[in-house]
Amino acid sequence: MSVLVFTENWDGKFKRLSFELVSYASSLAGMLNTSVTAVTIGKAEGDELKKLGEFGADRILNITCPQLSFLDNRAYATIISEVARKENSGVILFSNNNTGKALAPRVAVRLKAGMASGVNGLPSGVEPFVVRKRAFSGNAFAHVVIKTPYKVITLAQNSFEPASRPTGAIPEEMEVSIDGSSVKASILETQKQTGRIVLTDADIVVSGGRGMRSPDNWGPLVELATLLGGATACSRPVSDEGWRPHEEHTGQTGKIIAPNLYIAVGISGATQHLAGVSASKYIVAINTDKDAPIFETAQYGIVGDAMKVLPKLVETVRNIRKH
Amino acid sequence: MKILVCISNVPDTTTKIKFTGDNKFLDTTGIQWVINPWDELSLTRALELKDDPKSGVKSVTVLHVGGAGSEPTIRKALAIGADDAVRVNAEPSDAYFVAGQIAEIVNREKYDIILCGIESSDYNGSEVGGMTAEFLDIPSFSSVSAIMIEGGAPVLTREIDGGKEIIATECPFVAVVQKGIAKEPRIASMRGIMSARSKQIRVFEPVQVEALTEIDAFEKPQPRAACKFVDPENPAELIDLLQNEAKVI
Ligand SMILES: Cc1cc2nc3c(=O)[nH]c(=O)nc-3n(C[C@H](O)[C@H](O)[C@H](O)COP(=O)(O)OP(=O)(O)OC[C@H]3O[C@@H](n4cnc5c(N)ncnc54)[C@H](O)[C@@H]3O)c2cc1C
Repeated sequence: MSVLVFTENWDGKFKRLSFELVSYASSLAGMLNTSVTAVTIGKAEGDELKKLGEFGADRILNITCPQLSFLDNRAYATIISEVARKENSGVILFSNNNTGKALAPRVAVRLKAGMASGVNGLPSGVEPFVVRKRAFSGNAFAHVVIKTPYKVITLAQNSFEPASRPTGAIPEEMEVSIDGSSVKASILETQKQTGRIVLTDADIVVSGGRGMRSPDNWGPLVELATLLGGATACSRPVSDEGWRPHEEHTGQTGKIIAPNLYIAVGISGATQHLAGVSASKYIVAINTDKDAPIFETAQYGIVGDAMKVLPKLVETVRNIRKH
Repeated sequence: MKILVCISNVPDTTTKIKFTGDNKFLDTTGIQWVINPWDELSLTRALELKDDPKSGVKSVTVLHVGGAGSEPTIRKALAIGADDAVRVNAEPSDAYFVAGQIAEIVNREKYDIILCGIESSDYNGSEVGGMTAEFLDIPSFSSVSAIMIEGGAPVLTREIDGGKEIIATECPFVAVVQKGIAKEPRIASMRGIMSARSKQIRVFEPVQVEALTEIDAFEKPQPRAACKFVDPENPAELIDLLQNEAKVI
């Protein structure tokens, strides 16, 4: 009855979220008195794979499949489900990112497993098995009882601290083969964002709303994000207007993020915007209107004109970074 | 080519969410019900495809699993332009149950493209689309931000962490759609509203599928501590707080 954790790799590399997942799996395995098996598919090698063992993976399986050159949801779900059966895994864990959302539901049906997605903590009990998940777009949590022997969970990003728990596990290679004719898709083109931090990975996000007034005013906002090692984001009207690229739109209908720090500049704080950012650990608001709803959610606020405040913040951070 | 658009009936996105005394159920008093925002966008995209004669799309059907109380939402989808509607008459008890019902309808009526939203704004599951595809044993694509049909062949854009992929595939498949799939939701015209009145909602009884999860209770998030205000003339104080109090930079 192990805990199986699917750790995606990006061109052979793991990210912080991979280690969050393995750490979560490790704590969960502790509650269930069992061990953790981490599975990745394709590309990752030796030293990179070993990193999973530093966060508590007792077994590390690196699966290669010659017929698979991209993420085919059906094939991946079949492979992961087979491993779960062989390993007798009671809980199968994914990230709640794009890939996890694509694979977890398929695995749940294959294993006839009850599923909870966007889970943000360890179960409150394992008998019955109850986890807490995001609901009503951040306006509530639901405590979900999973009633089946197999259980599928997707973990909300940045909801669990990675913790060192070295096991010294030696990665194992496993080759599987699938019926190539079941793959009904081909990739025509891949476009990768380069140079910038991926918004969903960023620890710090500086975000602008309509209060930024014009696409020409973004200089100091971008500079602040860069100095802080963070990413930039925006509210929906800003991306609708074409002031900023669509990838930056956060909120109910955009990206859902949970950075350690979210700085909202000239954003009023509509519920649909907060739906995408309310899981941030700290929210800072900069707004000319002291009654803007964003101040009800923010821990720190400045009532003031972004055009005046941002350059001062940039200067302060630049000075600190120099020392 | 036939498109099926799965729609969920959710509280309007500005609703103040409240629960019943025992925190077991949503308190529905005074709630305005709407089509889930993503489903509204996928319906819009389906209708755009149908409007384009080159796409080969002949019909757009909407499907909802839920009680008779959600018929106004289904009517709204018909008014926006769906050709017909199916309602599976059952409480949508969990994603596994709902996906099982959708798969049954697809098996009976043979749709080529099945569209689901990336999540419903109430239970935020992101589960139904992928589960439906697995029940049907057909391909699924998640985080889809564009669907084209070129010479009868579907071409999809899929968002990946830090980029996108352009994918060629074949029908049937499930696309789980997100931002980008359509620009603005289509709004019902007066004519649409009139003609929706005469369109039929076909009602089916559910097939036997058990729910595998249940909600034990809801909880409201802890209110955050009151905001600490910093003098706009001295933003260095903010940086100091972020460094030394919050310890996030
Ligand atoms: C179904 C649905 C889904 C939606 N999804 C999203 C979503 O995903 N994301 C999203 O963001 N929105 C979404 N919206 C829109 C949302 O309701 C708000 O309209 C939007 O978030 C407002 O954006 P804003 O805060 O940038 O602009 P505004 O509400 O116009 O706020 C601008 C703010 O800037 C302040 N300001 C003005 N000048 C300055 C200055 N010089 N310095 C500092 N502050 C200044 C003002 O006081 C004001 O508070 C959705 C709406 C619906 C109906």
